Amino acid sequence: MRTPADLDVIIVGAGHNGLVAACYLARSGLKVLVLERQPYIGGAAVSRRVYQDFTYSNCSYVCSLLRPEIIRTLELPKYGLQVIPYEGGCTMMHGGGHLAVYDNHDALRREIARHSKRDAEAYDRYSRDVMRQCKFIKPLLMREPPDPTSFKPRDLKELLYLGKRFHGLGEARMYDTLRFWTMSAADFLDEYFESEIVKAHFAGSSIIGTALGPRSPGTAYVLLHHYMGDIDDTVGAWGFARGGMGAITKALGASFEASGGTIRRAAPVARILVRRGRASGVALADGEEIHAPLVMSNMDVRRTFLETMDAKDLPDEFVRQVKNFKIRGSSGKLNIALDGLPRFPAIPEGSPSTRGDMHVTDTIEMMERAYDDWKDGRWSRAPYIDMLIPSQIDPTMVPDGKHYMSVFVQYCPYKLADGPWDAAKRKAFGDTVINTIAQHSPNFKDLILHAEIRTPWDIENEVGLTEGNIFQGELTMDQLLFNRPVPGYAQYRAPVRGVYMCGSSTHPGGGVMGAPGANAARAVLRDLRMAH
Amino acid sequence: MTQSLAPHFKQPLLKTPFHERARALSQVDSFIPWAGYTTVDVFTTMEQEYFAIRNATTLYDLTPMVKYRVAGPDALPYLNRLVTRDIEKLGPDRVTYCVWCNDAGHLIDDGTVFRFGASEYRICTAERQIDWLLDSAIGFDVEVAEVTEHIAALAVQGPTSCAVLKALGLQGVEKIKPFEIGYFALGPHRLTVSRTGFTGDLGYELWMEPGSAEAVWDALMEAGRSRGIRAIGSQALNVARIEAGFLLPNVDFVSAEHTIRTGRDRSPLELGLGWLVDFHKGHFTGRRALLNEKIQGPRRQLVGLDIAGNKPAHNSLLYTDDGGKREVGSVTSAIWSPTCKRNIALAIVDAPHFRMGSTVWAEIYLNRELVWERRMSRAQVVERPFFAPERRRMTPPAEF
Amino acid sequence: MTVSAVPSRYDCVVIGAGHNGLVCAATLARAGRSVLVLEAGNQVGGAAVTREFAPGFRVSAGAHLLHLVPAQLLRELQLESHGLKWAARGMGTTALVPGGANLSLSHDGTVLGPSAADAQAYSIFRARMRRFAAALAPALSRSPPRLGTSEWADRLALLRVGWEIRRLGRRDMRELLRIGGMNVHDLLEENFESEALKGALGFDAVLGANFGPRSPGTVLTLLYRLAGESAAGDSGLSQPTGGMGALCNALAEAASAAGATVRTGATVATIVVDGDRAAGVVLQSGESIGARTVISSADPKTTFLRLLGSRHLDAGFVRRVSHIRSRGLAAKLHLALNRAPSFSGAGKASLRGRLLISPSLQHIELAYNHAKYGEFSSAPIMEVTVPTINDPTLAPTGQHVLSAIVQYAPYELKEGWQSGRHRFMETALEALEAYAPGLRSCVVGEELLTPVDLEHEFRTSGGHWHHGDLAFDQFLMVRPVPGAAQYRTPVDRLFLCGAGCHPGGGVMGVAGRNAARQVLTVDLKSA
Repeated sequence: MRTPADLDVIIVGAGHNGLVAACYLARSGLKVLVLERQPYIGGAAVSRRVYQDFTYSNCSYVCSLLRPEIIRTLELPKYGLQVIPYEGGCTMMHGGGHLAVYDNHDALRREIARHSKRDAEAYDRYSRDVMRQCKFIKPLLMREPPDPTSFKPRDLKELLYLGKRFHGLGEARMYDTLRFWTMSAADFLDEYFESEIVKAHFAGSSIIGTALGPRSPGTAYVLLHHYMGDIDDTVGAWGFARGGMGAITKALGASFEASGGTIRRAAPVARILVRRGRASGVALADGEEIHAPLVMSNMDVRRTFLETMDAKDLPDEFVRQVKNFKIRGSSGKLNIALDGLPRFPAIPEGSPSTRGDMHVTDTIEMMERAYDDWKDGRWSRAPYIDMLIPSQIDPTMVPDGKHYMSVFVQYCPYKLADGPWDAAKRKAFGDTVINTIAQHSPNFKDLILHAEIRTPWDIENEVGLTEGNIFQGELTMDQLLFNRPVPGYAQYRAPVRGVYMCGSSTHPGGGVMGAPGANAARAVLRDLRMAH
Repeated sequence: MTQSLAPHFKQPLLKTPFHERARALSQVDSFIPWAGYTTVDVFTTMEQEYFAIRNATTLYDLTPMVKYRVAGPDALPYLNRLVTRDIEKLGPDRVTYCVWCNDAGHLIDDGTVFRFGASEYRICTAERQIDWLLDSAIGFDVEVAEVTEHIAALAVQGPTSCAVLKALGLQGVEKIKPFEIGYFALGPHRLTVSRTGFTGDLGYELWMEPGSAEAVWDALMEAGRSRGIRAIGSQALNVARIEAGFLLPNVDFVSAEHTIRTGRDRSPLELGLGWLVDFHKGHFTGRRALLNEKIQGPRRQLVGLDIAGNKPAHNSLLYTDDGGKREVGSVTSAIWSPTCKRNIALAIVDAPHFRMGSTVWAEIYLNRELVWERRMSRAQVVERPFFAPERRRMTPPAEF
Repeated sequence: MTVSAVPSRYDCVVIGAGHNGLVCAATLARAGRSVLVLEAGNQVGGAAVTREFAPGFRVSAGAHLLHLVPAQLLRELQLESHGLKWAARGMGTTALVPGGANLSLSHDGTVLGPSAADAQAYSIFRARMRRFAAALAPALSRSPPRLGTSEWADRLALLRVGWEIRRLGRRDMRELLRIGGMNVHDLLEENFESEALKGALGFDAVLGANFGPRSPGTVLTLLYRLAGESAAGDSGLSQPTGGMGALCNALAEAASAAGATVRTGATVATIVVDGDRAAGVVLQSGESIGARTVISSADPKTTFLRLLGSRHLDAGFVRRVSHIRSRGLAAKLHLALNRAPSFSGAGKASLRGRLLISPSLQHIELAYNHAKYGEFSSAPIMEVTVPTINDPTLAPTGQHVLSAIVQYAPYELKEGWQSGRHRFMETALEALEAYAPGLRSCVVGEELLTPVDLEHEFRTSGGHWHHGDLAFDQFLMVRPVPGAAQYRTPVDRLFLCGAGCHPGGGVMGVAGRNAARQVLTVDLKSA
């Protein structure tokens, strides 16, 4: 047995990616210490009780992207993780009516056909094309992006792999792929659908977490990013983690500790220490120093390099590029405790639509206008919301008969044009969202027992995500693949030897996917010439 | 129109206008979904139903077959640009079997095109594809609309089918030649009868308004009582269609509009449907790609196989040798043919092994009281159809 | 339609006598082909035309500045000996700012007006962007390669693009790969502090585009413009004597001198297909003209859906063509003035160049917001020229012409251009008046061309001067659509040569030249 002094790796931050990396490293026999600033682990994948016996998924709220190979290798089900698919979804329309989404293909076709017969069948072409792109991208998620400027055999090999995969698509699909990666979601959807409500429903995932509108080029990719998840190999399926999103990080923590790893909670890291040009450990806020030859940061790159490291330890060009990395707060969140199940008159009695993601934005224009508000430095007056009531499916989250509603809100700026966030503005923001929902649910307001309102500013302060950006950096063309987080440093290694990055700022980006953590761990093991 | 009243999230599948009649006859309660409808897989036993096809008369509910009405000044040029066959050669009140392709010359679907009178057409096919049909209509003055729910359809197939229809009172039905259409009245019910089918036997398809469905069914059952009429499900039909060498989408090929992986699309040349491609009729979608493919020769082809032994080669991989070293294709449909007493299959085989008379080896797994055995069976590429009785073409049909 | 009875009278028929059609025709004629150019209008020029808009006042009715025609092309076709003269070259840019202050950017790279820090940042920025532009210029000038073929030419072309980018060196290459997909707003924010400078530089990225500065892809449109200028030999903004029409007149002269015939007032109704190949055209008059090769400079939607007809094409291809986004957002404003205008804070000399009303990125973005919802900008952005300062022949003595590109004016205006026209004209005049007090009082004639008017006058779908949005998904090998991106079309012997093809619009002529070369290559292969 080695003593704690023989630490191999310190991981800063016990978010899902930090824990995934920690698990892989510990399983390879390294001595790993995870330091978490909060008294609880999880980062943005947490379940917390802030009001009575209600459990909230305070930040992230659905499990769709977590890589199955990670769940399997780290034996997460053994440590308590269960993912339960949800059963539908819908967009409610202004002035009544709705578009529902059902699992059953025939039901879905007939539902879309209520709005457009043609769209009901174009949907098959749409899913086919999305699926084709997912198939193309999926294997790239768990790989290190190559550096296109490098002549190293590994980079050339990876480039060749990318090239071959791309070439393997065949000529016509190569063009489709080029277009898909660069189009706006609105233009993309226009090539399939004629009905506004259908387009609006599917455009939702193109803006979630993104400081772009559905008409901005590149948003078709964001749409795709959200489809990349798979539960039990059904691409595009979405689910709840039983017990809330914290169940994922709880299982990761347990798996890590079972492999001999250590987690210290309430241990905020103030500095990453560098000695003679390489990592030597970290200093905590209270001055305590912990030493290890390798330090891996689960924080976003801005926080890691601009706030936790000394600029003099880093190349100027790198610092400049990190400053230029776009991390924009554009999303808010409401967690609401309800005294009962709200009624949505637009949804027929007994429909599974309420047991999935519900929306109220029924045109792309409305979404784009919501984005215009964000550009002007105010929260959307008619925001796009992604609303779920997980307590209908997961009985562990609330006292009997009560419900928990998670409301994700797009767009909400980190910086308001009229000055900093304060309690009154936070409440006004919350009221905007609550009123938006109340327009579609007459008894909603009466059922509210408690509401946790979280602006990007709150998310930054609590979780540590710069500007409260849920992806630790925009998923735009200039910040994907070998450009993520910055050109030349897309392979999880910082410019200082022994410092690694494993957060969503790195390839393949955000969402509770775990791929950055797994890829970063692999990079460490390769550098240590250990089997992985 | 008999439609289910329950909202579609409670009851995703529609019921055909024959549903109540079918349900009454269903002994084993075996229903399967087909193109958005619930339909019968087996009524009593597959064997009884199959032999009724080859021996007497059968009723098969065709309503879920997807139907599109095509009309307008450009209907003919539209169809000729859509399908690979020359529709200009299709006379009034006639039907033709055809396929249509995407730009790459890969099959989107197969189906039949009906021509009613001078200028109205109907496309009948297994899957919905209004998206493709409407995109194909850009630049044509044509109306294309799905009419599936407005037309009920019943296949009346078997050696005594003509006799049954005559007994029903359809005078002159015996004069209808293969792929011809006739119009009849049955009391207040109007019937359109085409001599078409999916069994490779003598048979007709009856098209009517949904409101006439139950009355026509009842009258047919009555008229056919002495001629062994029997309702059949999809399982029995599947055996008959394999004997007849007909293809089934999603079984023998996947529509090029649905494939996810590259290289899974199939061209009509590969499916042995080159005879449906008319390169001299003017342009049609996929023509340039198919011309190119024709020059280079197909890399694989769908063929009929006659396989040693009596165990159907379901999902079998095919090899050049009995050692199973070199794969040359796989079986798409396989049955023991009850009529021919042959173990037959449809299979996709790589060049050059698809040539008539070639031998390949099929890897068949047998479950013998829960013990699995692997067997390599010799399979020979043979002519399709496997079974093609003369009676299917005779006009007027003989009195069987 | 079968017209095998009609004898082939020309080797090549070119549809449209715009600059691309004429360049194509001249190039083919010089290679010994018998060429006929058919132009629907009464004069050559297409959207590069000079015409009267008020009694005695003439203006370049479409494009009003030249900066993209490759120097080599000008030399090759000897345009100067065919009558092309320059009223101005290397024109500067003045960015107008409310309150009379302004900022000027000269052709040689000097910038006057912003802070010292910005001036320094600008010179670094400009040098870097010019390096990128030079690396991209060859790809812009050549025919785009096809992907996934086993042709060596395609592979070689891809390798060349890769090589040109690699040659930039690691640092520049990384920067190019990063900014290539960015929006111009972020790029400029990273580099500059002056709102006026950012506004002026951002303007060029959105001119003629369906984008605001925050739209990703606007660095691409900026690089596209710079690469075009680089390929053109960096001669800067120029004004031909006699307006843009003079360029096309010279091109027509060059084509005629090489033996081509140019017919105006001849509207093509149909492209004739015989068997599998294009065989000629039929005019609206009913006249049939046979040809071995037909080359269309009309936009792809017009060419494929109207002139050719979808029955000669595969349905998937038609589907792609119908998805081309080609709705213009730029309007053209022409004013006849009884004296030279005067812009607050801008010296007389600035009128020799172009003036931009684009005071900040925010201003552009707000202007663009309207366009997204089918409204015109309430505070539009403008590129203003006073061509009569450099070329007095365009107006009666002492009087002047103001020509401005005004954005955004969406083709599909929700209220309709019937009523919108007047209101937009008012809006534009008000905006000008704010920078040039007293301007309205000297207006003696006016004309506003909305995208609908431009569509009508220049016969381009959607009145888009690029014949299709310039955006990543309509660029290079996917422009205008896969299957027609190398100027060849699915129909044998039918070619495209217009702005709908790579590299796109702007008076450049590259598409015309590349198409001609493609025709000659195909001839060579089939010989």
